[in-house]
Amino acid sequence: MDNFSPGFHGRTNRFEGRLPPGQYPTESFPVLSAGPTPKVLTETWDFGITTETGQRHYWDWDRMMALPQEDLTVDIHCVTRWSKFDTSWRGVSLDAFLEDVETSADFALVHSEGGYTTNLPLEDLTDGKAWLVHTFDGYDLSPEHGGPVRLLVPQHYLWKSAKWVKGISLTPQNEPGFWESVGYHDYGDPWREQRTWSD
Amino acid sequence: MGSWRNARLVERAELTTTGRSLHFDVPHWPGHLAGQHVDVRLSADDGYQAVRSYSLAAPSKGTRIELGVQAAAGGEVSPYLAGDLPVGAEVEVKGPLGGWFVWRPEQEDPVLLVAGGCGIAPLMAMVRDHRDHSTAPMHLVYSVRDPAQVWYREELGAAQGLGTTVHLVHTRQAPPGSSRPPGRVGAHDLPPPAAAGAETLCFVCGPTGFVEHAAGLLVDAGHAPGRIRTERFG
Repeated sequence: MDNFSPGFHGRTNRFEGRLPPGQYPTESFPVLSAGPTPKVLTETWDFGITTETGQRHYWDWDRMMALPQEDLTVDIHCVTRWSKFDTSWRGVSLDAFLEDVETSADFALVHSEGGYTTNLPLEDLTDGKAWLVHTFDGYDLSPEHGGPVRLLVPQHYLWKSAKWVKGISLTPQNEPGFWESVGYHDYGDPWREQRTWSD
Repeated sequence: MGSWRNARLVERAELTTTGRSLHFDVPHWPGHLAGQHVDVRLSADDGYQAVRSYSLAAPSKGTRIELGVQAAAGGEVSPYLAGDLPVGAEVEVKGPLGGWFVWRPEQEDPVLLVAGGCGIAPLMAMVRDHRDHSTAPMHLVYSVRDPAQVWYREELGAAQGLGTTVHLVHTRQAPPGSSRPPGRVGAHDLPPPAAAGAETLCFVCGPTGFVEHAAGLLVDAGHAPGRIRTERFG
Protein backbone atom coordinates (compact mmCIF):
# COMPACT_ATOMS: atom_id res chain seq x y z
CA MET A 1 0.00 0.00 0.00
CA ASP A 2 1.92 3.01 -1.28
CA ASN A 3 -0.25 5.54 0.45
CA PHE A 4 -0.26 3.79 3.80
CA SER A 5 1.81 5.34 6.62
CA PRO A 6 4.59 5.83 4.03
CA GLY A 7 8.07 6.21 5.44
CA PHE A 8 7.21 4.69 8.83
CA HIS A 9 9.94 2.37 10.07
CA GLY A 10 9.44 0.12 13.05
CA ARG A 11 11.92 -0.66 15.78
CA THR A 12 13.52 -4.04 16.32
CA ASN A 13 11.55 -6.18 18.70
CA ARG A 14 13.95 -7.33 21.42
CA PHE A 15 11.31 -9.28 23.30
CA GLU A 16 10.08 -11.76 20.71
CA GLY A 17 7.89 -14.39 22.34
CA ARG A 18 7.35 -12.37 25.51
CA LEU A 19 5.55 -9.36 24.02
CA PRO A 20 1.82 -9.97 23.43
CA PRO A 21 0.39 -8.69 20.13
CA GLY A 22 -0.05 -4.92 19.91
CA GLN A 23 2.17 -4.19 22.94
CA TYR A 24 5.43 -2.25 23.21
CA PRO A 25 8.05 -2.62 25.94
CA THR A 26 8.67 0.14 28.45
CA GLU A 27 11.29 0.64 31.12
CA SER A 28 9.18 3.16 33.02
CA PHE A 29 6.12 2.34 35.10
CA PRO A 30 3.18 4.38 33.82
CA VAL A 31 0.26 5.10 36.16
CA LEU A 32 -3.34 4.75 35.05
CA SER A 33 -6.26 5.35 37.36
CA ALA A 34 -9.85 6.49 36.88
CA GLY A 35 -9.71 9.02 39.70
CA PRO A 36 -7.62 10.47 42.52
CA THR A 37 -5.22 8.25 44.45
CA PRO A 38 -6.83 7.16 47.75
CA LYS A 39 -4.77 7.51 50.91
CA VAL A 40 -4.85 4.09 52.58
CA LEU A 41 -2.99 3.49 55.85
CA THR A 42 -1.63 0.08 56.84
CA GLU A 43 -2.87 0.73 60.41
CA THR A 44 -6.49 0.72 59.26
CA TRP A 45 -6.18 -1.46 56.14
CA ASP A 46 -8.08 -4.69 56.03
CA PHE A 47 -9.01 -7.22 53.39
CA GLY A 48 -12.16 -9.32 53.31
CA ILE A 49 -13.36 -12.29 51.31
CA THR A 50 -17.14 -12.74 51.30
CA THR A 51 -18.56 -16.03 50.03
CA GLU A 52 -21.81 -16.56 48.15
CA THR A 53 -23.47 -17.58 51.46
CA GLY A 54 -22.47 -14.30 53.10
CA GLN A 55 -19.67 -15.76 55.18
CA ARG A 56 -16.90 -13.22 55.76
CA HIS A 57 -13.19 -13.74 56.27
CA TYR A 58 -11.02 -10.78 57.32
CA TRP A 59 -7.33 -10.04 57.52
CA ASP A 60 -5.75 -6.92 58.94
CA TRP A 61 -2.18 -5.89 58.12
CA ASP A 62 -0.51 -8.05 60.79
CA ARG A 63 -2.54 -11.16 59.92
CA MET A 64 -1.67 -10.73 56.23
CA MET A 65 2.03 -10.32 57.02
CA ALA A 66 1.87 -13.47 59.16
CA LEU A 67 0.83 -15.51 56.09
CA PRO A 68 3.60 -17.06 53.93
CA GLN A 69 5.33 -14.35 51.89
CA GLU A 70 6.42 -14.99 48.32
CA ASP A 71 8.84 -13.17 46.03
CA LEU A 72 7.88 -13.25 42.38
CA THR A 73 9.17 -11.86 39.11
CA VAL A 74 6.62 -11.48 36.33
CA ASP A 75 5.89 -9.62 33.09
CA ILE A 76 2.93 -7.22 33.20
CA HIS A 77 0.81 -5.97 30.31
CA CYS A 78 -1.39 -2.87 30.31
CA VAL A 79 -4.34 -2.57 27.93
CA THR A 80 -2.97 0.86 26.93
CA ARG A 81 -0.26 -1.19 25.16
CA TRP A 82 2.81 -0.98 27.35
CA SER A 83 4.41 -4.12 28.73
CA LYS A 84 7.01 -4.23 31.46
CA PHE A 85 9.30 -7.21 31.85
CA ASP A 86 10.71 -8.89 34.95
CA THR A 87 8.88 -6.78 37.51
CA SER A 88 9.63 -8.00 41.03
CA TRP A 89 7.08 -8.10 43.82
CA ARG A 90 6.60 -9.50 47.31
CA GLY A 91 3.25 -10.52 48.69
CA VAL A 92 0.86 -13.31 49.60
CA SER A 93 -0.66 -15.84 47.22
CA LEU A 94 -4.46 -15.75 47.00
CA ASP A 95 -4.27 -19.49 47.73
CA ALA A 96 -3.18 -18.63 51.29
CA PHE A 97 -6.23 -16.39 51.79
CA LEU A 98 -8.61 -18.92 50.23
CA GLU A 99 -7.33 -21.94 52.14
CA ASP A 100 -10.07 -21.93 54.78
CA VAL A 101 -12.75 -20.33 52.62
CA GLU A 102 -15.52 -22.74 51.67
CA THR A 103 -17.13 -21.81 48.40
CA SER A 104 -18.59 -23.29 45.26
CA ALA A 105 -18.70 -19.90 43.51
CA ASP A 106 -17.23 -19.62 40.03
CA PHE A 107 -16.60 -15.88 39.94
CA ALA A 108 -14.88 -13.18 41.94
CA LEU A 109 -15.67 -9.47 42.06
CA VAL A 110 -12.70 -7.52 43.41
CA HIS A 111 -13.40 -4.31 45.37
CA SER A 112 -11.03 -1.39 45.85
CA GLU A 113 -10.91 1.70 48.02
CA GLY A 114 -12.67 4.45 46.08
CA GLY A 115 -15.32 2.15 44.58
CA TYR A 116 -13.36 0.53 41.74
CA THR A 117 -14.30 -3.07 40.93
CA THR A 118 -13.08 -5.73 38.51
CA ASN A 119 -14.26 -9.28 37.84
CA LEU A 120 -12.42 -12.56 37.25
CA PRO A 121 -13.26 -16.25 37.16
CA LEU A 122 -12.30 -17.62 40.59
CA GLU A 123 -10.08 -20.24 38.97
CA ASP A 124 -7.87 -17.41 37.66
CA LEU A 125 -7.10 -16.39 41.25
CA THR A 126 -6.07 -19.85 42.48
CA ASP A 127 -3.19 -22.30 42.00
CA GLY A 128 -0.45 -19.69 42.15
CA LYS A 129 -1.92 -17.32 39.57
CA ALA A 130 -2.68 -14.30 41.79
CA TRP A 131 -1.22 -12.44 44.77
CA LEU A 132 -1.90 -9.53 47.07
CA VAL A 133 1.37 -7.60 46.82
CA HIS A 134 2.74 -4.91 49.15
CA THR A 135 6.32 -4.51 47.86
CA PHE A 136 7.60 -3.52 44.42
CA ASP A 137 11.28 -3.68 43.53
CA GLY A 138 12.24 -3.98 47.17
CA TYR A 139 10.27 -0.94 48.36
CA ASP A 140 6.82 -0.45 49.89
CA LEU A 141 4.30 -0.25 47.05
CA SER A 142 3.71 3.46 46.40
CA PRO A 143 0.17 4.90 46.61
CA GLU A 144 -0.13 5.72 42.88
CA HIS A 145 0.67 2.08 42.05
CA GLY A 146 -1.96 0.80 44.48
CA GLY A 147 -0.13 0.87 47.79
CA PRO A 148 -0.24 -0.31 50.45
CA VAL A 149 -1.71 -3.43 48.79
CA ARG A 150 -2.83 -4.29 45.28
CA LEU A 151 -3.94 -7.44 43.55
CA LEU A 152 -1.54 -8.88 40.95
CA VAL A 153 -2.92 -11.22 38.27
CA PRO A 154 -0.22 -11.10 35.59
CA GLN A 155 -1.98 -13.38 33.10
CA HIS A 156 -4.59 -10.66 32.51
CA TYR A 157 -4.33 -7.05 31.37
CA LEU A 158 -3.29 -4.97 34.32
CA TRP A 159 -6.69 -3.31 34.95
CA LYS A 160 -7.67 -6.68 36.54
CA SER A 161 -4.82 -6.25 39.05
CA ALA A 162 -6.90 -3.88 41.17
CA LYS A 163 -5.06 -1.19 43.13
CA TRP A 164 -5.95 -0.37 46.77
CA VAL A 165 -7.67 -3.74 47.04
CA LYS A 166 -9.92 -4.17 50.07
CA GLY A 167 -12.12 -7.15 49.32
CA ILE A 168 -13.33 -9.93 47.08
CA SER A 169 -16.93 -11.15 46.74
CA LEU A 170 -17.33 -14.71 45.53
CA THR A 171 -20.43 -15.07 43.36
CA PRO A 172 -22.13 -17.84 41.37
CA GLN A 173 -22.79 -15.41 38.50
CA ASN A 174 -20.33 -13.24 36.62
CA GLU A 175 -20.79 -9.51 37.35
CA PRO A 176 -18.92 -7.00 35.19
CA GLY A 177 -16.66 -4.59 37.07
CA PHE A 178 -15.90 -0.91 36.52
CA TRP A 179 -14.04 -0.93 33.20
CA GLU A 180 -15.81 -4.10 32.07
CA SER A 181 -19.10 -2.12 32.24
CA VAL A 182 -17.84 0.73 30.09
CA GLY A 183 -16.34 -1.04 27.12
CA TYR A 184 -13.41 -3.16 28.25
CA HIS A 185 -13.35 -6.90 27.60
CA ASP A 186 -14.84 -9.15 30.27
CA TYR A 187 -11.83 -11.50 30.44
CA GLY A 188 -8.82 -9.42 29.28
CA ASP A 189 -6.24 -11.94 28.02
CA PRO A 190 -3.25 -10.00 26.57
CA TRP A 191 -2.21 -12.91 24.35
CA ARG A 192 -5.61 -12.91 22.65
CA GLU A 193 -5.76 -9.07 22.57
CA GLN A 194 -9.02 -9.01 24.52
CA ARG A 195 -9.14 -5.25 24.97
CA THR A 196 -12.74 -4.20 24.33
CA TRP A 197 -16.22 -5.71 24.13
CA SER A 198 -15.81 -6.36 20.42
CA ASP A 199 -12.46 -8.19 20.64
CA MET B 1 -15.68 0.16 17.96
CA GLY B 2 -14.07 -3.11 16.96
CA SER B 3 -12.57 -2.71 13.53
CA TRP B 4 -9.68 -0.71 12.15
CA ARG B 5 -10.70 2.04 9.74
CA ASN B 6 -8.57 3.89 7.24
CA ALA B 7 -8.00 7.52 8.18
CA ARG B 8 -6.63 10.02 5.64
CA LEU B 9 -4.61 12.98 6.91
CA VAL B 10 -6.24 16.10 5.47
CA GLU B 11 -4.58 18.83 7.51
CA ARG B 12 -1.76 19.31 9.99
CA ALA B 13 -1.57 22.53 12.01
CA GLU B 14 1.21 23.79 14.26
CA LEU B 15 0.17 24.37 17.88
CA THR B 16 3.65 24.85 19.35
CA THR B 17 7.17 23.93 18.24
CA THR B 18 6.46 20.27 19.08
CA GLY B 19 2.64 20.14 19.24
CA ARG B 20 0.46 19.48 16.21
CA SER B 21 -3.23 19.23 15.39
CA LEU B 22 -3.86 16.39 12.96
CA HIS B 23 -7.16 16.36 11.09
CA PHE B 24 -8.19 13.04 9.54
CA ASP B 25 -11.08 12.05 7.34
CA VAL B 26 -12.48 8.69 8.46
CA PRO B 27 -15.24 7.32 6.19
CA HIS B 28 -18.22 5.95 8.16
CA TRP B 29 -16.91 7.39 11.44
CA PRO B 30 -19.64 6.53 13.99
CA GLY B 31 -19.24 9.70 16.08
CA HIS B 32 -17.82 10.10 19.60
CA LEU B 33 -18.13 11.89 22.93
CA ALA B 34 -15.85 14.66 24.20
CA GLY B 35 -13.02 13.06 26.16
CA GLN B 36 -12.78 9.83 24.17
CA HIS B 37 -9.67 8.69 22.31
CA VAL B 38 -8.62 6.53 19.37
CA ASP B 39 -5.91 4.01 18.77
CA VAL B 40 -3.71 4.93 15.78
CA ARG B 41 -1.93 2.09 13.96
CA LEU B 42 1.11 2.58 11.72
CA SER B 43 2.49 -0.11 9.41
CA ALA B 44 6.07 -0.32 8.18
CA ASP B 45 7.00 -1.85 4.82
CA ASP B 46 8.24 -5.02 6.54
CA GLY B 47 4.87 -5.58 8.21
CA TYR B 48 5.85 -4.23 11.64
CA GLN B 49 3.00 -2.35 13.25
CA ALA B 50 2.89 0.11 16.13
CA VAL B 51 -0.22 1.36 17.92
CA ARG B 52 -0.61 4.34 20.27
CA SER B 53 -3.60 6.12 21.78
CA TYR B 54 -4.39 9.77 21.01
CA SER B 55 -7.13 11.94 22.44
CA LEU B 56 -9.85 13.34 20.22
CA ALA B 57 -9.42 17.10 20.57
CA ALA B 58 -12.70 18.16 18.94
CA PRO B 59 -16.33 17.02 19.30
CA SER B 60 -17.85 14.70 16.76
CA LYS B 61 -18.46 16.34 13.37
CA GLY B 62 -19.27 14.11 10.41
CA THR B 63 -16.33 12.05 9.21
CA ARG B 64 -13.65 14.44 10.50
CA ILE B 65 -11.65 13.75 13.62
CA GLU B 66 -8.95 15.92 15.16
CA LEU B 67 -6.08 14.59 17.27
CA GLY B 68 -3.55 16.46 19.38
CA VAL B 69 -0.03 15.05 19.02
CA GLN B 70 3.02 16.07 21.04
CA ALA B 71 6.25 14.89 19.39
CA ALA B 72 8.20 13.07 22.08
CA ALA B 73 11.99 13.13 21.61
CA GLY B 74 13.13 9.67 20.57
CA GLY B 75 9.55 8.46 20.28
CA GLU B 76 8.60 5.75 17.84
CA VAL B 77 5.21 7.09 16.72
CA SER B 78 4.63 10.70 17.78
CA PRO B 79 7.54 12.32 15.83
CA TYR B 80 6.39 10.45 12.71
CA LEU B 81 2.81 11.66 13.08
CA ALA B 82 3.88 15.19 14.01
CA GLY B 83 6.38 15.61 11.21
CA ASP B 84 6.59 12.85 8.62
CA LEU B 85 3.18 11.44 7.74
CA PRO B 86 2.37 13.21 4.43
CA VAL B 87 -0.92 15.05 4.05
CA GLY B 88 -3.11 12.80 1.89
CA ALA B 89 -1.59 9.58 3.27
CA GLU B 90 -3.41 7.17 5.51
CA VAL B 91 -3.06 5.50 8.88
CA GLU B 92 -5.56 3.20 10.57
CA VAL B 93 -7.68 4.17 13.56
CA LYS B 94 -9.83 2.21 15.96
CA GLY B 95 -12.43 3.85 18.13
CA PRO B 96 -13.92 5.81 19.65
CA LEU B 97 -12.53 4.34 22.88
CA GLY B 98 -13.11 5.09 26.55
CA GLY B 99 -16.47 5.41 28.29
CA TRP B 100 -15.44 7.01 31.58
CA PHE B 101 -13.41 10.15 30.90
CA VAL B 102 -16.28 11.67 28.89
CA TRP B 103 -18.50 14.73 29.17
CA ARG B 104 -21.96 15.06 27.62
CA PRO B 105 -23.27 18.56 26.96
CA GLU B 106 -26.70 17.68 28.40
CA GLN B 107 -25.06 17.31 31.83
CA GLU B 108 -25.93 20.49 33.73
CA ASP B 109 -23.54 20.30 36.68
CA PRO B 110 -20.64 22.75 36.84
CA VAL B 111 -17.48 21.42 35.19
CA LEU B 112 -13.89 21.96 36.26
CA LEU B 113 -11.21 20.98 33.74
CA VAL B 114 -7.58 20.79 34.86
CA ALA B 115 -4.99 20.29 32.11
CA GLY B 116 -1.25 19.80 32.33
CA GLY B 117 0.65 20.42 29.07
CA CYS B 118 -0.68 18.39 26.15
CA GLY B 119 -3.28 16.96 28.55
CA ILE B 120 -5.35 19.82 27.18
CA ALA B 121 -6.29 17.72 24.11
CA PRO B 122 -9.31 15.74 25.42
CA LEU B 123 -10.38 18.70 27.57
CA MET B 124 -10.38 20.93 24.47
CA ALA B 125 -13.04 18.65 22.99
CA MET B 126 -15.13 19.41 26.10
CA VAL B 127 -14.50 23.18 25.84
CA ARG B 128 -15.57 23.11 22.19
CA ASP B 129 -18.62 20.93 22.83
CA HIS B 130 -19.60 23.22 25.69
CA ARG B 131 -19.21 26.33 23.53
CA ASP B 132 -21.70 24.97 21.00
CA HIS B 133 -24.17 23.07 23.17
CA SER B 134 -24.18 23.98 26.87
CA THR B 135 -24.69 26.77 29.37
CA ALA B 136 -23.39 24.80 32.38
CA PRO B 137 -20.64 26.68 34.23
CA MET B 138 -17.25 25.51 32.92
CA HIS B 139 -13.85 26.44 34.28
CA LEU B 140 -10.51 25.46 32.74
CA VAL B 141 -7.22 25.59 34.65
CA TYR B 142 -4.41 24.99 32.16
CA SER B 143 -0.86 24.49 33.38
CA VAL B 144 2.00 25.11 30.95
CA ARG B 145 5.75 25.52 31.35
CA ASP B 146 5.90 28.89 29.63
CA PRO B 147 3.74 31.03 27.32
CA ALA B 148 5.10 29.33 24.17
CA GLN B 149 3.61 25.99 25.26
CA VAL B 150 -0.07 27.02 25.12
CA TRP B 151 -2.09 24.92 22.67
CA TYR B 152 -5.23 26.48 21.07
CA ARG B 153 -4.28 29.92 22.43
CA GLU B 154 -6.57 32.05 20.26
CA GLU B 155 -9.51 29.71 20.56
CA LEU B 156 -9.18 29.57 24.34
CA GLY B 157 -9.14 33.37 24.41
CA ALA B 158 -12.41 33.33 22.49
CA ALA B 159 -13.86 30.59 24.71
CA GLN B 160 -13.43 32.96 27.63
CA GLY B 161 -16.17 35.12 26.14
CA LEU B 162 -18.29 32.09 25.34
CA GLY B 163 -18.82 30.68 28.78
CA THR B 164 -15.61 28.89 29.76
CA THR B 165 -13.48 30.66 32.33
CA VAL B 166 -9.85 30.04 31.36
CA HIS B 167 -7.04 30.34 33.91
CA LEU B 168 -3.51 29.81 32.61
CA VAL B 169 -0.90 28.69 35.11
CA HIS B 170 2.76 29.10 34.11
CA THR B 171 5.10 26.77 35.97
CA ARG B 172 8.55 27.93 34.79
CA GLN B 173 8.16 31.29 33.07
CA ALA B 174 5.22 33.67 33.34
CA PRO B 175 4.40 36.30 30.70
CA PRO B 176 5.73 39.83 31.32
CA GLY B 177 3.50 41.74 33.71
CA SER B 178 1.88 38.63 35.10
CA SER B 179 0.75 39.00 38.69
CA ARG B 180 1.17 35.27 39.36
CA PRO B 181 4.79 34.21 39.85
CA PRO B 182 5.74 31.00 37.99
CA GLY B 183 5.09 27.83 39.98
CA ARG B 184 3.05 24.69 39.87
CA VAL B 185 -0.71 24.66 40.31
CA GLY B 186 -1.70 25.45 43.88
CA ALA B 187 -4.92 25.47 45.88
CA HIS B 188 -5.42 29.16 45.11
CA ASP B 189 -5.45 28.43 41.36
CA LEU B 190 -8.51 26.20 41.63
CA PRO B 191 -12.07 27.42 42.06
CA PRO B 192 -13.73 25.99 45.20
CA PRO B 193 -16.40 23.26 44.93
CA ALA B 194 -19.75 24.79 44.01
CA ALA B 195 -22.37 25.36 46.70
CA ALA B 196 -24.38 22.32 47.83
CA GLY B 197 -26.90 21.11 45.28
CA ALA B 198 -24.72 21.47 42.23
CA GLU B 199 -21.75 19.18 42.59
CA THR B 200 -18.84 20.01 40.32
CA LEU B 201 -17.65 17.32 37.92
CA CYS B 202 -13.85 17.45 37.59
CA PHE B 203 -11.69 16.18 34.73
CA VAL B 204 -7.93 16.13 35.19
CA CYS B 205 -5.54 15.20 32.36
CA GLY B 206 -1.77 15.43 32.10
CA PRO B 207 1.48 13.68 33.04
CA THR B 208 1.27 11.36 36.05
CA GLY B 209 3.02 13.68 38.50
CA PHE B 210 0.74 16.54 37.51
CA VAL B 211 -2.43 14.48 37.83
CA GLU B 212 -1.38 13.08 41.22
CA HIS B 213 -0.73 16.60 42.47
CA ALA B 214 -3.82 18.27 40.95
CA ALA B 215 -6.26 15.50 41.93
CA GLY B 216 -4.84 15.63 45.47
CA LEU B 217 -5.50 19.39 45.60
CA LEU B 218 -9.08 18.85 44.46
CA VAL B 219 -9.71 16.21 47.14
CA ASP B 220 -8.14 18.44 49.80
CA ALA B 221 -10.36 21.32 48.63
CA GLY B 222 -13.45 19.24 49.32
CA HIS B 223 -14.34 17.83 45.92
CA ALA B 224 -15.82 14.33 46.19
CA PRO B 225 -13.27 11.74 44.95
CA GLY B 226 -16.07 10.05 43.00
CA ARG B 227 -16.60 13.27 41.02
CA ILE B 228 -12.96 13.56 39.91
CA ARG B 229 -12.07 11.70 36.73
CA THR B 230 -8.45 11.41 35.72
CA GLU B 231 -6.45 10.52 32.65
CA ARG B 232 -2.68 10.26 32.77
CA PHE B 233 0.14 9.76 30.33
CA GLY B 234 3.91 9.38 30.47
